[in-house]
Amino acid sequence: MSSLPPSSDSLSAEQALPATKNKSKKLLLVLLAPLALAGCQVPSFGGYKGVTKTANSTFHLWQGFNLAAIVVGGITLAVMAWAIFAYRAKKGDGSIPKQTQYHIPLEVTYTVIPILVVVGLFVATVVVENQVVADPTPSATINVTAFQWGWKFTYPGTKAVVVGQTTASPIMVMPVNQDVRINLVSSDVIHGFYIPEFNFSRFAQPGMVNTFTFHANKTGLYSAQCSQLCGLYHSLMYFRVDVVSPSQYQAWISSKNASTSARTAIAANGAIVIQDNPGIPVIPSHSNGAQ
Amino acid sequence: MTDVIDRPVNLDSDDQGPVNPDHGHDHGHDHHGPSGLVKWMTSTDHKVIGISYTVTSLTMMIIGGAFAEIIRAQLVSPTSTLVSFAQYNELFTMHGSVMIYLFVGPFAFAGLANYLVPLQIGAPDMAFPRLNLLSYWLYLSGSLVMLSGFLTSGGAANFGWVGYAPLSNVTASPGSGADLWIVALMLTGFSAIFSGVNLVATIFYLRAPGMTLFRMPIFTWNMLITGILILLAFPILTGGLVMLYCDRHFGTHIFTVSGGGVPLLWQHIFWFWGHPEVYILALPMFGMVTEVFAVFSKKPIFGYRGMVFATISIGALSLGVWAHHMFTTGAVLLPFFSAMSLLIAVPTGIKMFNWIGTMWGGKVTYSTSMLMAMGFLFTFLVGGITGIYLASPPIDFFTHDTYFVVAHFHSVVMALVLGAMSAIFLWFPKMSGIMLNERLGKFQFWFLFIGTQVFTFPMYLVGLKGMPRRMAVYPNNPSWQSLNQWASVGALLIGISMVFFIVNALYSFKKRVPAGDNPWDAQTLEWYTSSPPPAHNFVSLPPIHSERPTWDYNHPDHLSLGHGDKEKAKAGS
Amino acid sequence: MKKESILFLFLGVFWGLMGVVYWFWSRDVTGAVMLAGSVFLGLIPGLYLYYWYRRSGYHLRAEDRPDASIEEGAGVIDAFPDNSIWPMIFAIGCMFGVLALVFGTWLAIPAIAFGLSAMIGFTAESRRGGNI
Ligand code: HEM
Ligand SMILES: [Cu+2]
Ligand SMILES: [Cu+2]
Repeated sequence: MSSLPPSSDSLSAEQALPATKNKSKKLLLVLLAPLALAGCQVPSFGGYKGVTKTANSTFHLWQGFNLAAIVVGGITLAVMAWAIFAYRAKKGDGSIPKQTQYHIPLEVTYTVIPILVVVGLFVATVVVENQVVADPTPSATINVTAFQWGWKFTYPGTKAVVVGQTTASPIMVMPVNQDVRINLVSSDVIHGFYIPEFNFSRFAQPGMVNTFTFHANKTGLYSAQCSQLCGLYHSLMYFRVDVVSPSQYQAWISSKNASTSARTAIAANGAIVIQDNPGIPVIPSHSNGAQ
Repeated sequence: MTDVIDRPVNLDSDDQGPVNPDHGHDHGHDHHGPSGLVKWMTSTDHKVIGISYTVTSLTMMIIGGAFAEIIRAQLVSPTSTLVSFAQYNELFTMHGSVMIYLFVGPFAFAGLANYLVPLQIGAPDMAFPRLNLLSYWLYLSGSLVMLSGFLTSGGAANFGWVGYAPLSNVTASPGSGADLWIVALMLTGFSAIFSGVNLVATIFYLRAPGMTLFRMPIFTWNMLITGILILLAFPILTGGLVMLYCDRHFGTHIFTVSGGGVPLLWQHIFWFWGHPEVYILALPMFGMVTEVFAVFSKKPIFGYRGMVFATISIGALSLGVWAHHMFTTGAVLLPFFSAMSLLIAVPTGIKMFNWIGTMWGGKVTYSTSMLMAMGFLFTFLVGGITGIYLASPPIDFFTHDTYFVVAHFHSVVMALVLGAMSAIFLWFPKMSGIMLNERLGKFQFWFLFIGTQVFTFPMYLVGLKGMPRRMAVYPNNPSWQSLNQWASVGALLIGISMVFFIVNALYSFKKRVPAGDNPWDAQTLEWYTSSPPPAHNFVSLPPIHSERPTWDYNHPDHLSLGHGDKEKAKAGS
Repeated sequence: MKKESILFLFLGVFWGLMGVVYWFWSRDVTGAVMLAGSVFLGLIPGLYLYYWYRRSGYHLRAEDRPDASIEEGAGVIDAFPDNSIWPMIFAIGCMFGVLALVFGTWLAIPAIAFGLSAMIGFTAESRRGGNI
C-alpha cells in the first residue's frame, strides 16, 4: 500500500489483533462501565481526555489506574500512618514490645490481594492496548520522516509534502472521523513522535518503519513535539497536527496536487529549504544554541 | 603482609561482649599498619575499602547534585540562557551518569555492603580482599575518566545516560567526551563485577558457625541477590560498550543501519543490564531500611522469610522486564513485558507491608535514621505506584520520555537517597565510633523529605501536560513555567538538606560524642563487636540461634515469636 | 552448600522457563539469547556448588547447621592479606589502557608498565606472604 517497506520488525502479538477487536471492545465496556456511568464525575487526574478514539480509551484506562492507585495506595498509606503514629514510643518507655515475627494468614493475604489487583490491571491494559495497536484499513495514509531537527510529512498517491524544522515547524494535516495510517521512520537518529492530546507517542527509528492508526474525533490544531533526545536542537523539534473535516482535507490535498511548484525531498541531515505550510514560529530564544 | 586468621570463639567470662547496650568498651586490639593516605591506597581491610567507597560515592552524589541544581536553574524560565543547548545536554547526561553509575550503585553494593556484610555474618574480611581493593581503584579511576570529559574540547558525553544508538555513534556524537564515557563505564563495570564476585563468595564461604542462610540479616540477603544480579547484568553492559566502541572506531556496523546493523539492539542490551540494575540499586537500600525499621521498632523483622522469598523473586523476575523501557519502539512484545512488570510489583508490595508490619505493635523511636526510613517508605510508595502505571503500555505511550517518567524515577531514586541517609545515620556510629548530631539530622530530613515531594509532584503534572524530558528550553509552552519553578524550589530544598548533612559530618567529627558498641540496642552481629570494629572484626562471637544474635544475647527473654507461638511467648514473658 | 546451590539452580531454571515462553511468544533472538546466557549463569555455579556438596559426602558445614555452636568453627579460617599497593597500580594501568583507546596508542606504554609491574608485584607478594 505504502511505498515504504513493511514494518517487518514489529512482533506478531501486535498484529494478530483485529479479530479479537469486537470481543475486546465489549470487555472494555464491561470493565469501564462504572467509569463511563460516572462520566465527568471522575476527574482527569491531570491527563488529556484525548481527541482520538484510542486516546479516549487510553484516558479511561488512565482514570481506572488512578482509581485503583487511590484505593490501594490510600489503604497502604493509612496503614502506614497508623503504624508510624500509633506505635510511637513514649519518652522514657524502655519496655520491650511483643516480638511478633510471623503471621502467616496475614502475609498470605497481602500477597494474594496484590496479585488479584495486578491481574485486573493487566486485563484492562491488554484490552486498551489491543485497540491502540489495531491496524484497520485506512482512509488516508501519511508517511512521516523525522530528521535532525524537523519533520517531513508526505501523503502517498498525492503531491502533498510538508517539511519544517526548528525555526519554522511543520503542520501535519489529517481528516477527522477517519482511520489515518501513519508510517513513521527516521532518517538519522531516534526521534519521538509525540502528540500529547492523542495520548500517544512512538519512536521514529532509522531502518525500521513503525505503523499505527489514528482515528481523530475532534477537529482542531494540536501541538506536538519530539520526545526522544536527538541531539542539539531536540528542544525545538516541534510540529502541529491540524485535524480538519474530510472535505477540507480533500480540498487541501487537491490544492497541493494542483500546485506546480517543484518539491524536492530533503536528504538526511540536509538543510531544509521547503516551507510551504504556515508553520508555527518558534520563539527565537537563543543566541547561544550552537557551540 | 598477611594475617592468618583464627575463628573467634565466644569466651564465657563475664566481661566479654557488650551485655549492656549503652556501655561501650574498647577491645584495644589496634592494628599495626599504615595510616592516612597510604592506608587509603593500600589497605585491603573491607572496612577501609567500604569507607573509601562510601566517601567517594557521596562525593559523586554532591557533584551529580550540583549538575542537577544547574539543570533546575535553567528550567526556571522557558527561554533561559543560563547554559547553552550543548551544555544542557552534557549536564543531564553527566547528572544521570554520575548519579546512577558513580553514586547509587557504588554506594549501595560496594560502600555499605563492603563494610557490613562481613560484620553481619561474622567474617573476618571479604573473601578476596585484594580484588576488593582493585575494585575500588577501578571505580575511582573510572569516575575520574568519566568526569574528565568536561575538560575535552568537545565537552562531556551528551547523548543521555542511556547512550542510545545511533545518537551515540561517531557521526552524531563525535568527540572524546563520548569515548571517555564509554571507557569509564568499562572500568566501573569491571569494578562492579569484582564486587559482585566478592559478595557472593563471602556470603557463601565465610559465614560464622550457626549463621545459616536463613539467619542472615535481610541486608546481607539482599546483597547476595544483588551480587548475583551484578554478575549477570554487568558483563552484558560491558559487552555492549565494547560493541559501541567498535562501531565508533573500528568500522563495525553493529548498531548502524547503513552497514546492516540494528540500532534497536543497543536498547535491548542496555536495558537487559538496565533493569536488573534498577534492582541492583534498590535491593541494597531495601535491605538497609529493613534493618532500620527493626531496630527502631524494637522488634524482629516482620515476615522475615517472606521478605527473603520476595527478594529472590524480585531477582528472578527482574530479568524479564527489560523491554518495558522500550514500549514505544513498536518492536517489543507488549503483553509479556507488561505482565512481568506488573508481577514484579507484587514482591515489592510484600516488602512494603512487611516494613509496616515491623513497626506495627512496636515501640517506634523517631530517630533521624528512622525518620529517613519513614520518608523512604512514603516516597517509595509514590514511585512504586507510578511505576505500575508505566508498566501498562497504553499509559506508557503518552508518558514515555516525558517529565512523568522523570518524576517517577526521581520518586524512586530520591527514596533510595532517603534510604541511604537512613543507613548512614544508623551505621555511622559503628563505622566511626562517634554519633552524628540528631538535631542537624532532623533538619536535614525535613528539607530532604519535603524537598523531594515539592520537586517530584510538579514534574508529574508537567509531564502529563506533555513536557518531554531533556528539554533545554520550552519556548512554545510558557504555561509550563510555574510547575517547573516549583520543581526547582524542591531541588533547592534538597540541595540545602545536603548542606546540613555536610555540616553535620564536620560538626560530629569535631564534637566526637562516643557511640559505644551498640548505641541503638540493635539486633545483628555487627553491633556485638566494638565501634569501630578491630582488625578482622571480632574478638569473640555470641552464639547464633536466630537472625539477630546480638539481640538474643542482650535480651535472652525476648526472643522472636511466630504466629500463635505460645510456648515461646510464655518463656519470654 | 546445599541451599546455596539450590538458589542458583532455581534461578537458572526459572530464567530457562521464562526464556522458553519468551522465545515462543516473541521470536525475538536478542532477548532469547540473553536469557539463555542467564540460564548458564544460574546453572553453572549451581551445579558446581552441588558437585562440591556431593563430593563432601553431603556434609553440612557448621555454617549450614542451625544447631552449630561457635566453638565448632574454631581454628584457622584462612590467610588474609593486609596491605598491598598492587591493586592500585594495576588499576592505574587499566586506566591508562582505556585512555589509550581514547587519546592514542602511546598511552599503552604506561598502561603496560603499570600493568606488568603490578603483576610482578602481586606474584612476589604472594610468595612472600605464603599461602594466599
Ligand atoms: C537534587 C536531587 C536531584 C535533582 C534536582 C534532579 C534533577 C533532575 C532533572 C531535572 C532531570 C531531567 C533532566 C532533563 O530531562 O532535562 C534529571 C534527570 C535524571 N536524574 Fe536526576 N535529580 C536529582 C537526583 C537524582 C538522583 C539521586 C539520581 C539517581 C540516583 C538521579 C538520576 C537521574 C537520571 C538517570 C536522569 C536522566 C538523565 C537523562 O535523561 O539522561 N537524579 N534529574
Ligand atoms: Cu528529539
Ligand atoms: Cu526497568
